[in-house]
Amino acid sequence: MSDTGLVLKDVYRVFPGDITAVSDVNLEIENGEYIVFLGPSGCGKTTTLRLIGGHDDPSSGTITIDGELLNGVSPAQRPVTTVFQHYALFPHKSVLQNVEFGLKMQGMDKTAREQQATAAIELVGLSAMMHRKPRELSGGQQQRVALARVLVTRPKAILLDEPLGDLDRLLQMKMRVELRGLQRELGITFIHVTHNQEEALSMADRIVVMGDAIIQQVGTPTELARHPRNEFVAKFMGDNNVLHGTIESASGGNVVINTPHGKVEVPGSGTAGEKGSMAIRASAVNISTDAVPAVNGVRVRLDFVEYLGDSIKLHLDFNGEPFLAKVDEERFGEVQAYEGKEVTATWSVEDGHLLEQ
Amino acid sequence: MTYIWYLIALVLLVIPFSAMVFLPINKSKPVLLGFFLIFIVFMYGPMMTMGVLSFQGPFGSMTLPAKDLGSLHWFTELRAESSLMVGVRDGITKSLWVSLVVAAITAVLSLSLGMAFRRQFRGGGILFYAILLSLMTPGLLLSLGLSFLLYYIGFNKGEGMLGYVPIIGVQAVWALPFGFLVMMSVFNRYDARAEEAARDLGASSFTTFREVTLPLIWTGVFGAGLFGFTLALNEFERTFLISGAINTLPLKLYIITSSSVLRPYVYSLGVVTIIISFLLIALFLIVSAITGRKKALAIEEDGSGVDDLPSMTAAAASGD
Repeated sequence: MSDTGLVLKDVYRVFPGDITAVSDVNLEIENGEYIVFLGPSGCGKTTTLRLIGGHDDPSSGTITIDGELLNGVSPAQRPVTTVFQHYALFPHKSVLQNVEFGLKMQGMDKTAREQQATAAIELVGLSAMMHRKPRELSGGQQQRVALARVLVTRPKAILLDEPLGDLDRLLQMKMRVELRGLQRELGITFIHVTHNQEEALSMADRIVVMGDAIIQQVGTPTELARHPRNEFVAKFMGDNNVLHGTIESASGGNVVINTPHGKVEVPGSGTAGEKGSMAIRASAVNISTDAVPAVNGVRVRLDFVEYLGDSIKLHLDFNGEPFLAKVDEERFGEVQAYEGKEVTATWSVEDGHLLEQ
Repeated sequence: MTYIWYLIALVLLVIPFSAMVFLPINKSKPVLLGFFLIFIVFMYGPMMTMGVLSFQGPFGSMTLPAKDLGSLHWFTELRAESSLMVGVRDGITKSLWVSLVVAAITAVLSLSLGMAFRRQFRGGGILFYAILLSLMTPGLLLSLGLSFLLYYIGFNKGEGMLGYVPIIGVQAVWALPFGFLVMMSVFNRYDARAEEAARDLGASSFTTFREVTLPLIWTGVFGAGLFGFTLALNEFERTFLISGAINTLPLKLYIITSSSVLRPYVYSLGVVTIIISFLLIALFLIVSAITGRKKALAIEEDGSGVDDLPSMTAAAASGD
């Protein structure tokens, strides 16, 4: 076990009525890392965050930060602070009073804490609004106050629960960059919870994908995007086609799986006769009017062309099952002509990806 | 002949209702406005009559038409040293003090109950209905039963400060459900996340209560107290049989109206009481105006704020 950073070891949280919210969580987070917990609602990501923040206690397992056990330590005493969903600012206090609250609780004298709070407010660019009440601020400004309020206490880690959820899309995109920049600037561990894949991919050093109360995969954004470990991750990360079948043969570092979509060849190893599943990213799928090849090709109907601005998503239909492809934006005219027609979807062997069963 | 009046009453009820249901809004409005004015006249008419009649001269009558209007005679009469007026003033003083104490008790108990009911607890449902039950208990019967009980345990002397205990008790029990309901609705709209944030930033339970909870709900607590005050000030039924030698203002007025010759001073007394009530309402309005709900400055939607927000990282770079 590492003695620096935040370590979760065999953490479980079982709620009354035998509802397991978090199961078998083992995770080591290095100091200064930007970690994103990603998963659908009810996957246990917020519960895990609350366990780290001390707003809930694990049923078993330990949580340590820099070797120091956090179990049973009150949220007030932990060197971690939370930026709550919807910010939870104190509506009756001004921006300055909100930000200096943590320092006041530490018993710091008025001059010192006002000075530090002012610096934190300056850091988030709200100096002009120091004496306003939260309701006199926009959503983005309120979020900055919430950030300043935790930054000023100099925690070892900041926990952010859906921090961008209340913002409109443009502001979200701006804040992604800023939050990430701020985190690099400060070097503090950020643990960020979201259900938004794009947000996770764009911000995290490492993403922890949670589903059904367990960690499904931990990895860098590229690892997750390119090599989802299992079907859950492949489907949740989006724009992946998952094909199931039986392994027919394995040779030369590749396996051939017999699927209802035809034979597919993917890199990996396996035993003939066993079940096999593979994922193929939509962006690795090409469509054409060529004949269907023997492997890694399927005849589909192009149901719908979705123009995304920088790319085109093609909603394909294989015997009633959805299949996705993503092609370059320049091909819009060409693919639009295929709409409602039969086309061939193909991909190369190395783009396929064998999933764990 | 009486049936004509029933008929008129029926028509008065039917017209606004059918106007509301059958006419389009722009046509029904004047009709409804007319009926609203009639309603206002019936509600405030007696009060205005009382106001007018209280400004009569020394030979003023108890009914309209008023005589020698423009005199403060009956108001000065309230300050007379007659045993009657001394009794009335004594009633006012006692009522005010009792009501203040009841207000404080109602506020504190309602707050505690409201806080308690934020969580589920064993017997909570029963307690909830038990508190509301006192709304439905017939007041006079409660008073009667309580007077027997007080007699039985030898607490019926009504002497000294101890005599106030049953009065305050019975009035607080009467006011509590109202204050309780006020606090329930306050906590219904209350957002507990700020408390969680305070604890996260290092505040103890008590500090959280003092710094976050109380500042956010105290107008509600004040309102609960105000309910206690007005209900206690007007309380008659429940106090009637247990007050012993202590006469609160409503009791004193009852005694006067049932045993002496009425003169317009009852009107001036009524005016004074109404002024006191209005002052209380004004106080409450001032307090709630000061504590907030000042409308937020007009803020444009978040999206428009994008441009005028300086970048945090740029600020950080220059700040360091």
